[in-house]
Amino acid sequence: MSTQVPETETDAETETESKPHQERRLAEKEARREAADRERAAREELAAAESTVHLKVFRYDPEVEGKQEPRFDDFHVPFEKGMTVLDALMFARDHYDSSLTFRHSCRQAICGSDAMFVNGSQRLCCKTQLGELQEPVRVEPLPHQDVVKDLVVDMQHFYDQMESVEPYFQSEDLPEGELEEQRQSRENREKIKMSTRCIWCGACMSSCNIAAGDNEYLGPAAINKAYRFYMDEREEEDLEEHRMRILEQEHGVWRCQTQFSCTEVCPKDIPLTEHIQELKREAVKSNLKFW
Amino acid sequence: MHEHDVIVVGGGGAGLRAAIAASEEGADTAIVSKLHPVRSHTGAAEGGINAALREGDSWEMHAYDTMKGSDYLGDAPAIETLAKDAPEEVINLEHWGMPFSREDDGRVSQRPFGGLSFPRTTYAGAETGHHLLHTMYQQAVKHGIQVYDEWFVSELAVTDHEDPSDRQCHGVVAYDVKTGEVEGFKANRGVILATGGPGQVFEHTTNAVANTGDGYAMAYRAGVPLEDMEFVQFHPTTLPSTGVLISEGVRGEGGILYNAEGERFMFEHGYANNEGELASRDVVSRAELTEVNEGRGIDDEYVHLDMRHLGEERILDRLENILHLAEDFEGVDGLVEPMPVKPGQHYEMGGIETDENGETCIEGLYAAGECACVSVHGSNRLGGNALPELIVFGKRAGHHAAGKDMKEAEITTGYSEDAEPGEVDTPVEPGAVPTTSDDVAADGSGGALADPTAVVEEAVETEQERVERLLEKDEGLQHAAIREDLQDSMTQNVNVFRNEDGLKQALRDIREARERYQDVYVDDPSRTFNTDLIHTIETRNLIDLAEAITLGALARDEFRGAHWRQEYQERRDDEWLKHTLLRWNDGDPELFYKPVILEGENKTYEPKVRSY
Ligand SMILES: Cc1cc2nc3c(=O)[nH]c(=O)nc-3n(C[C@H](O)[C@H](O)[C@H](O)COP(=O)(O)OP(=O)(O)OC[C@H]3O[C@@H](n4cnc5c(N)ncnc54)[C@H](O)[C@@H]3O)c2cc1C
Ligand code: SF4
Ligand code: FES
Repeated sequence: MSTQVPETETDAETETESKPHQERRLAEKEARREAADRERAAREELAAAESTVHLKVFRYDPEVEGKQEPRFDDFHVPFEKGMTVLDALMFARDHYDSSLTFRHSCRQAICGSDAMFVNGSQRLCCKTQLGELQEPVRVEPLPHQDVVKDLVVDMQHFYDQMESVEPYFQSEDLPEGELEEQRQSRENREKIKMSTRCIWCGACMSSCNIAAGDNEYLGPAAINKAYRFYMDEREEEDLEEHRMRILEQEHGVWRCQTQFSCTEVCPKDIPLTEHIQELKREAVKSNLKFW
Repeated sequence: MHEHDVIVVGGGGAGLRAAIAASEEGADTAIVSKLHPVRSHTGAAEGGINAALREGDSWEMHAYDTMKGSDYLGDAPAIETLAKDAPEEVINLEHWGMPFSREDDGRVSQRPFGGLSFPRTTYAGAETGHHLLHTMYQQAVKHGIQVYDEWFVSELAVTDHEDPSDRQCHGVVAYDVKTGEVEGFKANRGVILATGGPGQVFEHTTNAVANTGDGYAMAYRAGVPLEDMEFVQFHPTTLPSTGVLISEGVRGEGGILYNAEGERFMFEHGYANNEGELASRDVVSRAELTEVNEGRGIDDEYVHLDMRHLGEERILDRLENILHLAEDFEGVDGLVEPMPVKPGQHYEMGGIETDENGETCIEGLYAAGECACVSVHGSNRLGGNALPELIVFGKRAGHHAAGKDMKEAEITTGYSEDAEPGEVDTPVEPGAVPTTSDDVAADGSGGALADPTAVVEEAVETEQERVERLLEKDEGLQHAAIREDLQDSMTQNVNVFRNEDGLKQALRDIREARERYQDVYVDDPSRTFNTDLIHTIETRNLIDLAEAITLGALARDEFRGAHWRQEYQERRDDEWLKHTLLRWNDGDPELFYKPVILEGENKTYEPKVRSY
């Protein structure tokens, strides 16, 4: 403990002692506040002088003359320690150009709406510290998706692929009594844990060369979603077979060429390539069984 | 014009549950949501979901804890419904595949949470909300529920009878964010508002940027009372720089709070001698701020939350997500150092007044989830009680709207017989600024008394004009400046600690925001994905909400739950065992009260001193 209250203090004295103690604390607090004010003033001066971050932001709007030709706009945003790319975009929008358009909501890496192409790789802007990036920071929409406006891409194809793997639990094997859960072992929950973390940000799909060339390829996120259900021990075996059929189709798991780009960019650290490989092995096993 | 039986506004936990329930009842159901459902803020919930599932626990105990936690401002019929229905609903989620954390025997795990007399919080790691949201969205896909995502609902289509209780809701008006079209959505059976919380009223909040309280504001302007809005929950453990939440699960698992002097202040300074860190949220928030105000805070701003002693294995098993949050958003490694935390706005206990079946005083209009106030949380919500509320009352609203026979509600709505008029002395006139019909801030006049289609059509027309005016205006003020000043004033004056001067100052600032809003304009001329326009409309909603919160807080001269008043340090049951209601009467906020219902099914809850 760092407190410097004299050790000799007795219970009876505490009442009377606590006052000077309190005053000392308040005085210290005042002193700290003054120091902090001085520091803040100095910081602000510095910010005014030069501590800005240079962003190069992709702009495009099909409707507005002058923005129909894609271009990059430069923004110089005052920099503070701890600032993320999303903070900088919001600052630029709220203070310089209110038409700057991007999706965002939670600011905590869980809604998946602000995946963009930052300095050449797919990232969630809210989770990317500006201090770690080379300047100027280039912010572009996710590649291989149609741009709607500025940094907003059309996610419909991604959603369609996600939904094509029947991403819902279909077990019929529910326990008798109404108020009884299905049992699941800790190991099995651990096995599917990473796969359940997907936030539908689309970063993996956007980074995948195969998906870029084959529009029908299910893509890493959808395959991972299927993995989540395929591996869940609570679903029955005949469902497993049904799910494998979806995964083994022409544009399914076998298209993956293990380039690992999806795994590299996934902001939730889901081992996507590994999951796809595991499903390929499962496919081989089940084929052997059928032949 | 689109047409469905049931229209659910919002695709978070409450909206999805309502839509699934309505669809199960055979209603043609659609979700209209400004975000794609999986982007809803329910996904951010971390800690867990309360349900009495185990031997040794009971719904009665859950109900009692909730009533005590609410500081006796919850209504017994609502609280008992919550506690009774929660177990079935949680098991339901499990049957839909939700990946709950598990015990060795394969059953779902439960953990202790603040204010609970039994460890009844079920959870999925520290990302319960994410799993709940995705599990329910999966079921919505399975049911083939139509989702209009990235459609911003800006107005309700309600008939214009003089007395709100005679009005009827026939649908909503929404704006297609992608194309800029304003269109009508006609609901043949009912509209369910599930638009989530209003955290953006405050500057430091755990809430998403999209949580702008649109549902509250729309219902309020249509004539539905807002209930108990002064009760805003501040969560004691948010990261100082961003407001990102550090789940109560950390304290539930044994995390400890320290001040700058290394004291475990919850005990050492006597804030909660029994429960310590696990006292209810209002108690812990005030304790932290008192520490800071008395000079024992760190950097004069925050305190430390330490979980290192729990050990790496336990942290990774149950709180892994917390490590990521502390690392990504504060640069702190929770395994080797304590995390900085301070209180931040977290939850609105009040909301759109509804009964146990989710219905408001306007026929055909329902509300569920955080935007609603059935009155389960009273003046202070217990951690882990919002998620069961979403599913329990979301489902009931869905069923009722779809036409299922429901037991008649015990809670009354609207200005009913037991209502009592209220008064509050304000320094400036609250409510709408007088407008002419071509002002940007002008409202619609409400639908004509004709057939439902005409009501929706008229609402669409007024809305189209409003959007037109906002887009055509070439100069003036931008919403961002107004919003920022509003948030600052609320954070300054209507925070954890409140006093009369501050509340009055906030009302002046809100008035100023209203006046400035007259001059607002949208700079972006585009019809494609115009977020400038959306944020401008949202800002108007924030102003109405800020006012409802502040007026209620000024009127309530007592100290109850999350509502602390410097001048009044006692709970005054003789006068204040009643709900605050605020109704928009032609632009003039009208204050009234109704009594709290303490009679439950088998017993009456006797108000007791709350001690932890
Ligand atoms: C960080 C955090 C952690 C939490 N942890 C817990 C916890 O552990 N346990 C617990 O019980 N509770 C917790 N809560 C509280 C709980 O999560 C929320 O109260 C709850 O999720 C709100 O759900 P909802 O469905 O009402 O709203 P939301 O999930 O916010 O959904 C709102 C929906 O409405 C839509 N919408 C909003 N406005 C419009 C509009 N104008 N037009 C169209 N659509 C619109 C949005 O797109 C969204 O789909 C937590 C809250 C936060 C912020
Ligand atoms: S798998 Fe990862 S990268 Fe792909 S959508 Fe999900 S969270 Fe995003
Ligand atoms: S804003 Fe939600 S993931 Fe970044």
